[in-house]
Parts: sequence; structure tokens; C-alpha cells
Amino acid sequence: MKRLLFLAPVAVFGVLLVVFFLGLGRDPRSLPSVFIGKTLPEFAAPAVRPGDVGLSRADLNGGDPVLLNVFASWCGPCRVEHPVFMRLRAEGVPIHGLDWKEDAEAGYRWLQENGDPYIRVGSDPAGRVGIELGVAGVPETFVIDKQGRVRYRHVGAVTPDVWERKLRPMMEDLRREP
Amino acid sequence: MRRLTAGLTLAFVLAAGPALAVKPDEQLADPAQEARALTLGKELRCVVCQNQSIDDSDAALARDLRLILRERIAAGDTDEQAIDFIVARYGSFVQLRPPLRADTVALWFGPLAVLILGGVGAALYIRSRRPAAATGLTAEEEAEVAEVLNSDRAR
Repeated sequence: MKRLLFLAPVAVFGVLLVVFFLGLGRDPRSLPSVFIGKTLPEFAAPAVRPGDVGLSRADLNGGDPVLLNVFASWCGPCRVEHPVFMRLRAEGVPIHGLDWKEDAEAGYRWLQENGDPYIRVGSDPAGRVGIELGVAGVPETFVIDKQGRVRYRHVGAVTPDVWERKLRPMMEDLRREP
Repeated sequence: MRRLTAGLTLAFVLAAGPALAVKPDEQLADPAQEARALTLGKELRCVVCQNQSIDDSDAALARDLRLILRERIAAGDTDEQAIDFIVARYGSFVQLRPPLRADTVALWFGPLAVLILGGVGAALYIRSRRPAAATGLTAEEEAEVAEVLNSDRAR
């Protein structure tokens, strides 16, 4: 009994140590989206490319898992992930884009200079569509399944490492789903 | 004169509100609605800076959320509806005062549980250390004490 009384706090301390140590490695910015397992709310963003159709919710349940990338030309990390999306597009991975908090012209210019990896791109100059989707900043990338449900949200740049280790396996699993 | 200056200074210091990030151009014309928006804004976490409320934060997104909050209030939302509007998009993480739910029980009552457990532990420990009640000496011990004292005096 006495021994137990002595060991209990030590055991509790040990557990806390592990919990807090694991917590150190977590990024407090990457909160799970409230839409995980659900479809995104209705939205319609006007075109970035002149004469194009823009992006709306309806584009996100096209029967294939897709990525939805929220980006802006003024965003540094977006520049980092852009080549990854260019490569993915060449490999046939479907990606839609939402140009957040800037005029469509600025977004369009950026896509012309750096390449355009998106199937559909919507413009969100006031950031209101972003708020509908619970976007806290750029870049953010949603992984959307065949039924149009959000399965994962990546906060920050999709580096080659993030793609290989996290998003590619996820997309492959989603493609195999009925 | 000196007293007046000191008094005025004190009055100004006390009258000065906290420095909020809310800009005049964001504010609602109706003072009652603006007051409600200010109260609600203090309850909502800015998802960019995370440890500031949207009223305190200068982040662009915090401004957007302040504007949306005011839009909802002007449109006739109750306080609860306005908060729910933002929680529906950003999750209950944005509530600086988390609601009491099954998954927040540990958050609400964890510290109390730790305090009680620690208190019980400390109480048990202190009890176990209390010396046994003093009993009188036996006749044998009395004799021994007397002997020691006497021998000391004899020396």
C-alpha cells in the first residue's frame, strides 16, 4: 500500500512527461477543419482567368478525389509549394485553386508567370469564401474525396515531403474507395 | 495645483480603456449593437495569433471576423447565433471560453481533480507522519531516569 502511494505520483508524472513531450512536436497552427467528413458549404467564387467560369462547390464532387489549394501571389510559402503542384498536375492529380485576398488580376498574373496547375480557379478578393471554408491563412490545402467530403486539411506549404508522406498515400486510398 | 494635476492624471489613466484593435471604420452606428459586438469579440479567439481575441488582434483575418460579427448583429442575430456562425466555420477552438461538452470535461474539471487528488495524498502523508500519542513512562523507565539523574549529580 505504501509502495503504491509512492509509485502512483511517479507513474502520473511519467505519463504527463510523455504527453507533453509528444505535444512539443505538434504544430499549434494546424487545427483540424470543422468540415472533416462533411462537404464544404455552398460557395461560388468568380473567375481568376479572364473569361473563365471560376470555382464553386459543385466543382468539388466530380467523382474523383481532388485537392483544393488556397493560395495568394503575396504568400511566400505558396511560392515554395507551387512547383510541387505543377509537377502533380503533370502527373494527372486534379487540383482546384482558390486565390485568397487579392484581386483576380494579381492572381492571374502570378499564374501566368509561375504556371497554372489548377483545373478550376476561383477568386476571393475579400476573403469571404475563405471564411466560409474556415480558412485561417494561406497556403491551406483540402483533400476532398469522391463524394465531395473534406477528408483532411493541410495547413502550410505542400512540400515534396508532405506530398510523398501524407497526401499521396491519402489520395491513393481515396481513389480506391467506392 | 499639484493635487489637481495628480487628480487629473489619475482620472485620465483610469478612464483610458484597453487598446483594442477595433478601428472606428469597423464600428456599428448603433452604440448598443457595437457594445454587443465588442463583448462577443472578446470571447472569440483569433485563429492567426491564437492567444489573442479578435478584438485584440491586428491580424487581417481578425478584422474580417470582427466585420462579419457586426454584420450578423446588424442583421438581427442573437449573441448566440452570431457566435455559432463563426464556430460553424472555425470550430469551437475559437471560443476563448470553451463550452462544457463531453470532450471538454477534462479541461473544465481536470485541475479540480488534480487539486483534490493532491490534497488527499498530502493529507494521507501528513497523517502517517504524526507521532504516536505520548504515553507516560513505565515504573521501570522512571527508575532508570532517576538513576541517571542521581549519578550525574554525584559526579
